[in-house]
Amino acid sequence: MARAVTNRRKALNTLVAWSVGLLIFFPILWTILTSFKTEAQAINDPPLFLFFDWTLENYAVVQERSDYMRFLWNSVIIAGGSTVIGIIIAVPAAWSMAFVPSKRTKDILLWMLSTKMLPAVGVLYPIYLLFIELGLLDTRIGLTIVLMLINLPIIVWMLYTYFKEIPGEILEAARMDGAALKEEILYILTPMAVPGIASTLLLNIILAWNEAFWTLNLTAAKAAPLTAFIASYSSPEGLFYAKLSAASTMAIAPILILGWFSQKQLVRGLTFGAVK
Amino acid sequence: MGQITLNQITKNFGDVQVIPPLDLRIDDGEFVVFVGPSGCGKSTLLRLIAGLEDVTSGDITIDGRNATEVPPAKRGLAMVFQSYALYPHMSVRKNIAFPLRMAGLDKEAQNAKVDAAAKVLNLTDYLDRRPGQLSGGQRQRVAIGRAIVREPAAFLFDEPLSNLDAALRVNMRLEISELHQTLKTTMIYVTHDQVEAMTMADKIVVLQAGLIEQVGSPLDLYHAPRNKFVAGFIGSPKMNFLTGQYASGYDATTIGIRPEHIAVSSSEGAWSGRVGVSEHLGSDTFLYVDIDGVDEPITVRSTGEIGVRHGDNVYLTPDASKIHRFDKQDLRIP
Repeated sequence: MARAVTNRRKALNTLVAWSVGLLIFFPILWTILTSFKTEAQAINDPPLFLFFDWTLENYAVVQERSDYMRFLWNSVIIAGGSTVIGIIIAVPAAWSMAFVPSKRTKDILLWMLSTKMLPAVGVLYPIYLLFIELGLLDTRIGLTIVLMLINLPIIVWMLYTYFKEIPGEILEAARMDGAALKEEILYILTPMAVPGIASTLLLNIILAWNEAFWTLNLTAAKAAPLTAFIASYSSPEGLFYAKLSAASTMAIAPILILGWFSQKQLVRGLTFGAVK
Repeated sequence: MGQITLNQITKNFGDVQVIPPLDLRIDDGEFVVFVGPSGCGKSTLLRLIAGLEDVTSGDITIDGRNATEVPPAKRGLAMVFQSYALYPHMSVRKNIAFPLRMAGLDKEAQNAKVDAAAKVLNLTDYLDRRPGQLSGGQRQRVAIGRAIVREPAAFLFDEPLSNLDAALRVNMRLEISELHQTLKTTMIYVTHDQVEAMTMADKIVVLQAGLIEQVGSPLDLYHAPRNKFVAGFIGSPKMNFLTGQYASGYDATTIGIRPEHIAVSSSEGAWSGRVGVSEHLGSDTFLYVDIDGVDEPITVRSTGEIGVRHGDNVYLTPDASKIHRFDKQDLRIP
């Protein structure tokens, strides 16, 4: 009897999970489907689901009209660069906070996170002026720095929670076993910290890849990443849903594939080290 | 060699002094147990010796060399932690070999030593497993293996058995004692369990609030505790303490008598009382007897089975030669 209840419960859970999953995934699915329709089919009422004339025309047009590879390359450099620099800065910071906490460690962590609560538009003006002054407008280096800075609090927090999980006694054991600082870091810390660093890295690449506010406001042409590529197809005049969808699909495809292959690390990253 | 001297060492955490000035000498080959209630500073003292904490003042010498400023890696001591502290990403073999690898031994020498240690500790079949795949007792053995391969000047044990179940604890206790007899290396062992202290130690150091209450062999402490605290802490079940009229007859503020030094009779004796709880273990019988004018029941240990039950009236007679007398400052009157 108890078993039957459990099975029914399991079925219900599965159903709910699938429904929520599909609900969340639907916009992406719809975008991908729309990208294979003609502009007329894209706005057809009632909407066409699977039975329409599949076409690659939109992709051809998008490819012809704009240089996808240049946007892609900018995205890779900006997302990758900001994450790598962020990790390089955050690892020692999170490290010292996790292993040599001071009275103010908690306050510092909260203060860092509080910068994420400020609406980005609130600092757009000063940052824009700074960018003009420093000649960083529409440069990849400028965007890399800004994205690194806005994601830094999250990187530090994630790494901090991971490092907190490494028991201090293991490091002490290594010290007793004759390991100097260099060996302690090389043989004990790094292998134990790498999974956490990897998840943080992945999650932040995705965050930086999808970041639109700063990338749209601080770039024009040269340094524009894929977010700008999508935006260039959303025009206030005329209906180009199918082309917009094709551009979006092309923009999210690389990160979607990356996410698919690193699901395990990502889930661990998203749970912020809460699951052991 | 493993001769360790602590000279006037102190330790402060912020404004709190957890170890007031303290002197202690540990001789080469001795098995020394630090025992005391939780928070008495015994683990801190061990960590000071290990170098995992810095002393606030004073000196630590190991084999005549001042080691106060020497980092833990260079003190030549090995430590076994309560949580085992194994490296989760390494196999058992790599865990045990780690100190040898740090010492720069070549692969062959490492393997030979690891195999020898594994044989002693019954770990040969588990060398390729990860610590996560082992039971508590096996993990503890790996931790000990990691400590013995490097042939340290002294072993430091920080409550190594408290995560094990009762039966395993007794086993491991014997194994550690045997290990000490084989290796004859200095061992410093921290525990809050006075049974472990009594059974394993050559020398017990009883600590309370960072102060050494008494240093001595287990039987010294049992027969001649320096004060009431040591008297109450060493021995199981605990010593009984009586004050007032019971003590004044012996010219003392408090008298103490161990449960095994009280005779029980149903007809006559010095003190009369009523049995509260009686525990029948077959080999021993423990009685908790309420007597007039004493708040806590008097614990009595009789060998063998005696037919006394809850509510029975009994007479207790302490063995006068085994009574400990304490003065107003709780110090024992010799």
